[in-house]
Amino acid sequence: MKRTLFNLFALMIVLGLALTACGGAAPAATEAPVVEAPAATEAPVAATEAPVVAEEVTVTIGFTASQTGAQEVSSKRQVNGFNLWMNQVNEAGGLTLSDGTVVKFAAQSYDDESTKERVQELYTRLITEDNADFLISPYSSGLTAAAAVIAEQNGKLMITTGAADDDTYKQGYTGVFQLYTPGSLYLTSTVDMLKTLDPAAKIAIVNESDKFSTAVVGGLKPYAESQGFEIVLEEAYASDTADFGPIINKIVDSGATVVLGGGHYPDGSTFARQLYERKVGIQFIGILVAPPDSKFSELGDAALGVTGPSQWEGKATHTEEEANGLGIEWFGPSGEEFSAAFEAAYGDKPTYHAAGGYTAGLLLERAIRNADSVESEAVKAALDAINIFTFYGGIKFDTSAEAHGLQIGHSMVVIQWQKNEAGELVREVVWPADVATKAPIFPITAP
Amino acid sequence: MQQISLLLASLPDGILLGFVYGVAAMGLTLIWGVMNVINLSHGPIIALGMFGTYLIFFKLGLNPYLGLFLVAPLGLLLGILIYVVAVHRVINAPHLSSLLATFSVNMIIIGLGTAAFTTSPYNVDFNMGSVSLGSTTLLGTRLIAALAAVIATGSLYLFLYRTRPGKYIRAVANNRSAAELMGIPSSRILALSFGLGTMLAAISGALIATFFPFSILSGGGYELKSFVIGVLGGLGNPVGALIGGLTLGVLEAVIPAFMETSWVPVIEFGLFILVLLVRPNGLFGAKQ
Amino acid sequence: MKNFQKYIGIIIPLLVIAGLLLYPAITGKAAARETAFTILKAIALASSLNILLGYTGYVSFGHIVFFGFGGYVGFYLLSTQGMSLWISILAGGLSSGILAFLLGKAILRLRGAYFALATIGVNEAMRAFINNFDLFGGPTGITLNFKAYLAYGGAAKALEMSFYVVGALAVLAIILSYIIRTSKFGLGLLAIRENEDAAEVMGVFAPDAKTWAYVLSAIIPGMIGVLFFFKNGNVEPHDAFPLHASIELLVMVMLGGQGTVLGPILGAFAYQGMRGYLVTSDFFKDIQLSVSGALLLIIVLFIPAGAIGWLRQRNAILRRVLA
Repeated sequence: MKRTLFNLFALMIVLGLALTACGGAAPAATEAPVVEAPAATEAPVAATEAPVVAEEVTVTIGFTASQTGAQEVSSKRQVNGFNLWMNQVNEAGGLTLSDGTVVKFAAQSYDDESTKERVQELYTRLITEDNADFLISPYSSGLTAAAAVIAEQNGKLMITTGAADDDTYKQGYTGVFQLYTPGSLYLTSTVDMLKTLDPAAKIAIVNESDKFSTAVVGGLKPYAESQGFEIVLEEAYASDTADFGPIINKIVDSGATVVLGGGHYPDGSTFARQLYERKVGIQFIGILVAPPDSKFSELGDAALGVTGPSQWEGKATHTEEEANGLGIEWFGPSGEEFSAAFEAAYGDKPTYHAAGGYTAGLLLERAIRNADSVESEAVKAALDAINIFTFYGGIKFDTSAEAHGLQIGHSMVVIQWQKNEAGELVREVVWPADVATKAPIFPITAP
Repeated sequence: MQQISLLLASLPDGILLGFVYGVAAMGLTLIWGVMNVINLSHGPIIALGMFGTYLIFFKLGLNPYLGLFLVAPLGLLLGILIYVVAVHRVINAPHLSSLLATFSVNMIIIGLGTAAFTTSPYNVDFNMGSVSLGSTTLLGTRLIAALAAVIATGSLYLFLYRTRPGKYIRAVANNRSAAELMGIPSSRILALSFGLGTMLAAISGALIATFFPFSILSGGGYELKSFVIGVLGGLGNPVGALIGGLTLGVLEAVIPAFMETSWVPVIEFGLFILVLLVRPNGLFGAKQ
Repeated sequence: MKNFQKYIGIIIPLLVIAGLLLYPAITGKAAARETAFTILKAIALASSLNILLGYTGYVSFGHIVFFGFGGYVGFYLLSTQGMSLWISILAGGLSSGILAFLLGKAILRLRGAYFALATIGVNEAMRAFINNFDLFGGPTGITLNFKAYLAYGGAAKALEMSFYVVGALAVLAIILSYIIRTSKFGLGLLAIRENEDAAEVMGVFAPDAKTWAYVLSAIIPGMIGVLFFFKNGNVEPHDAFPLHASIELLVMVMLGGQGTVLGPILGAFAYQGMRGYLVTSDFFKDIQLSVSGALLLIIVLFIPAGAIGWLRQRNAILRRVLA
């Protein structure tokens, strides 16, 4: 009897060990033994700051990316942008700190499958197994909210890009810094433009019912009303909506002349296509996220005239003169240099998601330089104090206790798909007027 | 009054979509009716049908409707393959086994599909114009899809009631052991039925792709719709599925006229549970 | 020895949990703790599902609805009403239990695949409803203010504590599962699984027994939900009711062997371990879903009784030992 029991235990233990090893502990064996205490999560990575002359340290930047799932399109562009920055810095020989230490960068990432289920496990893994020194957010507000908790809990800095929702920055975090203009401001500039086009427009707000889009609408609605617009319809739809027919009929029925809303890429592009197919005579369409993506032109004529807010556009990139005019320090490559390098690397014109990924790296680079250190506390202080201007635009963070890390230095532009002389669809910047490359087409269909 | 004009605008569209949903559900319900298996790989097969249209349209340059004649036999063969590999061994096992077996097929297809197509949305930019009817606009693609759906249903009906294999299928569905005693090769008939079920799923996917964007993950939503339709029309009743599809299409068109669109799934699934409880043979089936 | 042998069915499962709880402390890695958390959570959920699935044979495809619903109720109390984590966890378990009781009265009348379909419907209806339910934040969900962790000694401490709480809940689920398995009530459930009509004839009042099994299988998922959302710091409707997670739970129970105490534990262990490995492995990550699917298919086709069932069939002594 005893023997059987013993065998059974042995079996259990072997099985258990084998499976746990599979479960992710296996890589640990090959890693350098880091000083380990139960509270190891709090300990700064000791290896990176030893003040030896001309030492080279590698700073690991961790993030998850949506290689599959609903957020794939935008997430991949963001990662490409980030990788471009990293390769450029490393090829240029890294950063040199005042004590002669050369800092190089390495990235570690996992696929989060666009779901929150494993985001926290993966970020913990990035911090503790892969010893990531700094973190970049996943793409989308929901995933970022989950990842930010882990970053904050472990005292790691996280630069968020592709995460515009305001809410995350009002939860008392101190180490999460937002690169994007907050969601509540996404469509306010579109309203400003609309006011110059048709102050009597009747607006239908139709948005995806998710965290980000709801935040956008939360800012849009009061602003549009304060500007004297009448909102004739408010409608939220499920993220996986494929048939917008009933909603479009409601829009027609409400007498709206303008449609504002959308959500993320898949639903936004579908919505735009069906608005076109039904020829419902809407004079102006403003949709989130989808229009600024190059893939949007696949819709063909349905894309024509559709506008959307963009964090950055190659055609209206920010310049050093602009920075000088504002009296803010300029940093990094010009927009043209970035676009050319991105196109050379990925064969594709960069979108704002790509620019966001690149700038996340650029911001970190600048903060490390300012701090003259790669230690989290010093870099955090540098980020708090930062006020720079890059090709992507201004970067400055709210440092109040209520909304620490909220972006307050950056502004957005509005793009519209128009046809060039050759009849090809191109994204033109139509607002603000001082950076616009073309006048907006209005109305896009005769009333 | 406003609601009525909205209703009139949305109804025709809902009916057209309903036919296509009905074809998808028919595939599910046929398999259920013949072998008591809920096919959890239904969704990914719908998605494969969508990609079938995409590849035929872009790579072969064929008209998507002609492409149906390619998608359909491929769907049939795929179904027979799935039956032989994954379902046959568990056909007499408890429900859980066949559910999990078809779910693993689901995972395999989605995994391979993700590797091949990624999960990005695809669009078949195919326009057949539109017809204006009073306050509503009917899209050509949907009209043709509804027509194709009706033809598919009609053919299925003729096949089941007018041909020998079709009669075999009905016999096996009715009483498998008795059918075997009569000399009907039940394994082959089961494989054929499974193939027909996936063929219908693939056809509906191919039709949907002509007017909605899709990704390899899109099938899941239509699979859930198929469950709802199957139950509304009575599980195991292919003609009921078409009626169930129409019901769902109409509901989706009608509900937004009265409340926010985001309430549609609440009502759909609420109705689904209610029908399961009160009329498990479907809204139009015989009362139990 | 005799006593030891008698209780071996509970001792082995508890040893597994103890091992998992100690594993992070031994390796001293927080990542190990996260991995162990995921596994413990899966063990607790799978063991709970097993009470319904394994003992009564009712296939619930939407069991995650209790995780989501209980979690939402508790997390609402915690974040918006400022209640303590403990009360919220209890409230989450209670509300899931009540939901299961009401649902059970209605849908447990359905048998076989009809029941399975109804549970899918319940999950989807609940998700869609919460998405429209403004009290719980609607589509935006609920976010916990980071300061809330201060009450538990700061975020790092709160995380560590969550780990031990999930361990405690897993133990609770296993003990519950064991008690039911060895009780007369459990015997009645097994009779229902074998033949519901015959069981009724033999004096098991099936509707009540099934309902209570359903309630008992729902309480711990509700509690886990509150804890998980607390640890996550936020929740949105589509994270709370993932249908595929329900199916994964079924897979775990199936892998290990339904109707046994140890089976779901091993199944959860194996499944989570495998997924965790495949997702982060460079070689498999592109087709990890296909690999998981193929493995599952092989098991379903060739070892339908699951690992424990298979061992039991092979060996008479194991049959006695592996409850």
